[in-house]
Order: sequence, then structure tokens, then C-alpha cells
Amino acid sequence: MEVSFKVNGHAVKTEVEPRTTLSLCLRDNLKLTGTHVGCEHGVCGACTVIVDGEAVRSCLTLAVQVEGRSITTVEGLADGDALSPLQAAFRRHNALQCGFCTPGMLTTAHALLTDEPHASADRIREVLSGNLCRCTGYLPIVEAVLDARAAYGGPASDATTGHGAGR
Amino acid sequence: MNARLTDILPESAEAAAAGPYIGRSVQRVEDLRLLRGLGRYADDVMLPGMLHAAMLRSSVAHARLRGIDATAARAMPGVHAVITATEVTGGPGKAVPTVPLRLQPLPCMEPYRQPVIVQDRIRHVGEVLAIVVADTLALAEDAMEAIELDLEQLPAVADWKTSAADETLLFDGTTTNRGVTFTAKRGDADAAFAAAAHIQRERFTVQRQAPVTMEARGVVADWDAAGGRLVVYGAAKVPFFNRHASAQMLGMPDSAVDFIEGDTGGSFGARGEFYVEDFLVPFAARHVGRPVKWISDRREDLMTMAQSRECEADVEMAFAADGTILGVRGTAWCDLGAYPRTNGLIQPRNIPHFLTNAYRIEAVHVDSHVQFTNKGPAGTYRAPGRAETVMFCERLIERGAKAMGLDPVEVRRRNLVTSNDMPWHFATLTPSAPESSGLSEADSGDYLAAFERCLAEFDWQGKLALQGKVVDGLHHGIGVASFIEGGAAGPRENAKIELARDGSVTLYVGSTSVGQGLETSLGQIAADALGIPMSALTLLHGSTTYLHEGFGSYHSRSTVMGGSAIIDAAGKFKQAVREAAATYLECLPEQVMITGTEAKSPRGRSIGFAELAKNETIRVDGTFANHHHTWAYGAAAAHVAVDARTGDVSLLDYVVVEDVGRAINPLLLRGQLLGGTVQGLGGAFLEEMVYDAEGQMLTGTLADYLIPTATDFPRLRAVITEDFPSPINPIGAKGAGEGGTIVAPAVIVNAIANALGQYDLNPASLPLSPSKLWHMIDDARRAER
Repeated sequence: MEVSFKVNGHAVKTEVEPRTTLSLCLRDNLKLTGTHVGCEHGVCGACTVIVDGEAVRSCLTLAVQVEGRSITTVEGLADGDALSPLQAAFRRHNALQCGFCTPGMLTTAHALLTDEPHASADRIREVLSGNLCRCTGYLPIVEAVLDARAAYGGPASDATTGHGAGR
Repeated sequence: MNARLTDILPESAEAAAAGPYIGRSVQRVEDLRLLRGLGRYADDVMLPGMLHAAMLRSSVAHARLRGIDATAARAMPGVHAVITATEVTGGPGKAVPTVPLRLQPLPCMEPYRQPVIVQDRIRHVGEVLAIVVADTLALAEDAMEAIELDLEQLPAVADWKTSAADETLLFDGTTTNRGVTFTAKRGDADAAFAAAAHIQRERFTVQRQAPVTMEARGVVADWDAAGGRLVVYGAAKVPFFNRHASAQMLGMPDSAVDFIEGDTGGSFGARGEFYVEDFLVPFAARHVGRPVKWISDRREDLMTMAQSRECEADVEMAFAADGTILGVRGTAWCDLGAYPRTNGLIQPRNIPHFLTNAYRIEAVHVDSHVQFTNKGPAGTYRAPGRAETVMFCERLIERGAKAMGLDPVEVRRRNLVTSNDMPWHFATLTPSAPESSGLSEADSGDYLAAFERCLAEFDWQGKLALQGKVVDGLHHGIGVASFIEGGAAGPRENAKIELARDGSVTLYVGSTSVGQGLETSLGQIAADALGIPMSALTLLHGSTTYLHEGFGSYHSRSTVMGGSAIIDAAGKFKQAVREAAATYLECLPEQVMITGTEAKSPRGRSIGFAELAKNETIRVDGTFANHHHTWAYGAAAAHVAVDARTGDVSLLDYVVVEDVGRAINPLLLRGQLLGGTVQGLGGAFLEEMVYDAEGQMLTGTLADYLIPTATDFPRLRAVITEDFPSPINPIGAKGAGEGGTIVAPAVIVNAIANALGQYDLNPASLPLSPSKLWHMIDDARRAER
């Protein structure tokens, strides 16, 4: 069956089976391989994409469910060839090693900071606790997200302390 | 992967101006692709005409396979092939190939090697019985359901004690399930114990753990019938070894098979070793004449990625009255699961060998038995054997000191190896494969100095007031432990530098990236060695297409070994440039000065690399051989608060100090220390691969096998020191990447035991889950009443 939606600002139309997941549709049909599949049961969060502003597990979403919706994947976060402020903060803080969980971390953090630019370190940890990372130990990721808040209208923080302003 | 180091803009301009790259926190080259979703992992490889494979895996732990009927499956729409042992051997009477041992390839392991597909006997849940190749993965999985099996169930051997009883033998033609016994010996242990003022004896168990790389394994194989060649994607860690193993099994020359390294979603020692799928998927591609992709799902990954750490130990430590440690003695039993992985003997080897940890212990006699069972095959997982044995050692010291009325910190001070003891010799290990020669002695360092630094950073003296105290219902405790970390394993690594006709400088190296930032750290080393900006270099690594021989990333070796090979190649490259430039500059080669990408004569004439390259290609090979390991070392301290009502533990402060000789990139090194620490904490608190008495795996999802999340351990500090550069490589660096993992369980158990000092608890079994701790506390309280 055919499904139509928007990805990273572009309208797309593609053929899927009813059982096709959104993650598979993005990766196989649309060749957007930045969305990674880490567990296929909604625990690891690597496949997180933003659907109409909300962070969503694309492995637990069927492609047919996003008919008419607007989706942002990791490929849509950067500004052309330049890193977004959030991506640049990840790089500055060494918030990624193998990079496999990173797309899900970025989309989750982007959705969070878009809604809550003043999110505290504890709030950031709470939200990111649904995304598993095996390399970094999470500290550099939290530091990076705190550091990126200013770009979303939040406080300019001393990210190295790990303590941001509360909401 | 290849990295255009030009990607490091805009730092490159500053970097070039600021002198050497080594020692600076250069931001990663890798990040620009990985942050934008442009990485290329195994599942991102999509080839025209590609088919998909699904593995039919055993759902029982131990059985005879009497028959397998794939007739119905083969007839299903979209199915191209169902491959069983019969297709692999090509006919009856022949045995399927078995997985080789890469490290410690002891001859006594031959009967226990893993067949690449079940031929007659199933030995663990998850073992491959058949491969289905179909147009889509969904069709392959549908067809898998239609395969009929005729099984004769056999009694499962689900723990080392049943294995050691040898009532059910797991391998035909053997008389025991004990593969080998490693013995570490030094001095006269029995005499040391006879002379002891105090003997501390303990029994420990460590649980089975899973590496859980966030990217599960995957293989894509492309068969070129016309050229008789195979290209295999998804390689990691040791592509050259795996290419050779795969080619041998396929009956093809190495030169007809290429293993291509892409981005790799973590290794931790496990991913990238040779697994049966590294043969089966290429075999399937050749069999059907089309590209074939297989990507492990998470359940398969938990079942089949090498597990590690499961063991039990009965060990003792002899003390003189003043707290001097006289000797260690004891026995360990390691549950290796169904087969020895390519590197499966490393954990049982390290446990006896490094029970002495960072301490000056002259008398050693420790045995370690390798026991096979019907669980997932074990291999190495970050800090193999070391995390286990360091915990044994540190608990023996802690308990022994207290039993003698001594301060455990003082006992450590008295016994830690110092720079005066260097080179410190370790116990002798038997049996021992040649590559173990690197384990004979430590290169340099002062383990006591690192210990003192850790206590100071942690404010041990200040926090001591809280030791064992109850504040607001929480029991506070602090603990400390030391560690050593072997790295930079030989035998060698290779590099090649090429000045191409277009003037570009390309560097090839046998080291592999498993996500650690290798392109950046090696780029820093290369740029310094060549005296050119990182942005003027392209770095290519890992794949078998780049070099005649490479070794890869294991045993915390890739930066030191690859970096040292690069330094060798850079020296030769500069000499080749001088010789080539001398003709143009009309001077002697030794008079040529190289500044950046320009060669100059004493009289001020100059020629750029680009001009020089117009008429000739310059290509040099470098190598670095090493039969000794580097030994990074350090200590960690933790402050915990235990809620006795729930068994929940909060980690209030944690400091790890590691001396690495020379830090190439402190930003990346901090990442290794913090990330490694959290993995170690996962092992101490959360992670456990559970099998039942039938050998059935009960932890098949990430909701059952718990790895740390962002909320678990928010307060960690890492301190890097460079007091003792390694004397055995030109960089002075020591392999680092496992230290955080090694020491974490030891520190945590010490801190928790101290917090609960009033109950005199002796936590000796990992993980320390809330329920386990609560039961221990509850038992102690009942005993008090």
C-alpha cells in the first residue's frame, strides 16, 4: 500500500506492506540510513525520530501510521554541511564514540530542548534514560545537551559542572 | 573506513599553529559523518540484487540433530536457498569446518572447536541449524518457520559443577568437559603460606555478562562469479585474521577474499572476532550467486555474541604480621559455555595470572579450569579475567587487613609496586601460547603514586568520617582499589604512506576502528610525525584491501601499535621525499629540509609535494613489532550510600585515576575511562545473563538484560596522569581503554561492604542487585535477633 508523509521537509510517497515499520521504511525505501535499529523492541532508543515534534520509536511505529505526518530524522538536524549547535556540542564534549546510538540521542535531545530549553541536568538525564549508550557512560552526552540549551533559547550554562538551571 | 582529515576544520588552522597534535584534545574527525547520520555500518550496505538471510537457531541447549527437513521451506515464494550442514559439506561423510582459536591456539583445544553449523549435535541455545536466503528478511523468517527438525534431547550441562562431574560429556572423543587448566606460579607459595601470620580465604562468584554493542553484528557478502572473488562487509576488530579463516573454510585463496571495515557500533572485545556467520554468509552468497545480507537481531545478539566473566574462585592470601602480602594461592573455575571462542581462553588465562594485581607478591600458585557447558560460548569482554581477579585480590586485602586489625589502605601502601621494583615480573603461566610472552613483566610505573593520587583526588581522609555511618537512614561507605591494565599486544602492526600523483598524502594502517576515535588519534600521531597539518592527510584503515597484513584492535593495542607503525613509516617517507627532492633541488638528500608539504635545499630552492608527485609516486611501508606489553595502571575510589530497606545503592562520588604514560588525546581518553567505568559499574550492579537449569537463555531482550542508563551513575570523575611514559614504544603511550572497567567491581564491593560494616556483610557474588543486597542485609538482621 502507498503511504505519503514529509521527511526533513520533503514530501515523499512510497510503497509499503502493512507490517513495514517506520524504521524499515526510512532505511530501506527512502535510504535514510542515519536512523539506526538497535533492538527492534523499543528499549534502546537508537531508532528515535521526531514525528510532528514528538520523539518516537520508529521500530515500534508502522509506516502506515505516519500518513500525512511530518518527520525529522538525524539527517534533517544539520544545517546543510554545517553541524547544528546540538551536534557541535556533542562533538565538543566527545558525546559519541561508536556513533550508533547517536542519531537517537540527537533526535531525543532536540525534541526535548525544543519544548524545554531550560531543562535541568536531572530532567535531561531522565529523558535520555530511554536511550541506551554503551560507549560514553552518558556524562559527556548530558554535558553536551546542557551546553546546547542556549541555542534553543535556554540558559548559557557552564556545562562542565553538570548542573543546569532547573525548570 | 576512510577519513578525510580535512574534516577537522576549523580547528586545523589553530592546530597547525599550536605545535604538536599529540597531547591535545583535538575534536574527532569521525564525528562529522556520525553526527549527520552519514556513518556506514553493516546494515547500511545495500547492494543491487541483494538477498536477505535469516538463521534458524536452536531453541534447546543440548540435543542430537537426527534430521532436518527443509522441503516445504525451499518451496515457499521468494526463497532462494536453505543451507544446512549437508550443503556446507557438499555431501555425507565430511565434517563442517570449525572456528579457529586466534589467541592461545593450544592444541588441546582441537576437540572443542565450534562447527560453523550444527551437523549432528546442538550444544547451546542459538546455535545455527540452517540459513534461509530469500528476497526479503520477512520472507526468510516466514520460511524458517516451515523447517522441520528431528531432535533427540540430551541432558543439559548448565553450570560448571555439572560440567566438572563429567557425567554428561559434551564432545565425542573426549573424556572430560575440562578443556585445559592454566596455572600461574612464582616462588614457593606453600612455604609462604606456612610462614603466614594470617591467611584470608574467600569464595567468589562472578556472573555471565554480555558485551551488548549497540550495533548488533552483521555481515554482507558480495560474490563476483566472473572474477571468483568475495567481498565481505561488516568486518571489524581483526579483518585480516577473519579473512584468512573465512577463505580457508571456503577453499579460496586469501587474495580472492576481501574483508571491508565500515563504521563499527562498538566492539568491547567481542564484536569483530570470527563468528560462524563470517563463514556462513559468504558461503551463502557464493551458493546463490547473489549478494546476501544478514543482520543479527537483538535476541540473536544476546545469544551469540561472545559472553564473558562467569566464574567461581576459591582463593587465599597469606599475610605477615605487619601486613606484607606473602603469597596468593587458589583455584578458579571458568564456565566457557559451549565452545572456546577465537579468544575464549583469555579470561581463564588472566584470572590466575593477575590475581597479584598491582601488588608486590612474590609467591603465587593459582589454577584456573576451563569448563564447557551448554550455554552461549564465551570470549573476551572488556577487561577479560581482569575485572574478576582484581575484585578477588582487593577483597582479600580488604578482608585480610581487617581481620588482622590493620588499615586496608596502609596494607595496600605497604604492598603496591613502586618505580623501584621495575621492571616488575609477573608469575609464569602454563600452558602458554607464544603471544603470552608479552605478559612476563611490567614496563614502567609507580602504582603506589597513582594510589596516593586517587586518595587525594577523592578526599579519602575527609570522607573517612562517614565510613559505616548511617545518615538519614542511608548507610555510607567508601572503598578503594588499585589496578593494572595490559595493552599494546604484539606481534606487530603495519602502515603505509603514499604520496599520490595528485599531491595528496594517504596513510594506510592495519589498526581498526571500533568506535574509539582511532582516525583522530592516529591522525594526530601521523601529522606530528610527518610535520604536516592533519588536514593534509587522508587516513585509511582496517580493510584487507589496504595492506598485505594487518592485526587490528584488541588488547588496548590499536593506538600504540598502529601509531608506532605510522611513526616508522613517516621516517621512511621523509627519507624518500628527501631522495626524490634532492634531484630537483640539486643537493644531497641529507641536506633537504622538509617543512610541511615542502622540501627545501640549503640554498633556498624548494619544491612542493604536489610538484614532486607529478613525476613519481612515493610509497613506503612501516612496521612496529613488540613482544612486550605496556602496563597502564591506577586506582579508583567510590562513595556509596546503601538504603538497607530496599537494597538500593546510590553512587555519590567516584574517582578513577589512570597513568597512561602519554595521553594522545585527553578528550578521547576521558571518554574511554568514563565509558569503561560505567560498563564496569553495570557488571557490578545490574548485568546478568541468566540461563535456567535446562540451559535456556532467560535474558533475551534489553528489558531483561539491564545495561546502565543515563540516570544510574551521574557522578564520576576521571583523572589522567602521564608520570611514566612507556619505554618500549616511540610514543611513550600505554594502551588504555579497559582500566575503568577493570577496577569498578572491586571498588564498589569494597565500598558497599564498608557501608554495611555493622552487619559484617561479605558480598562475594556479583551483581549486587537491590534484591540480592536486601536479602543479605535481611539475613544479617535476622541473625542479630
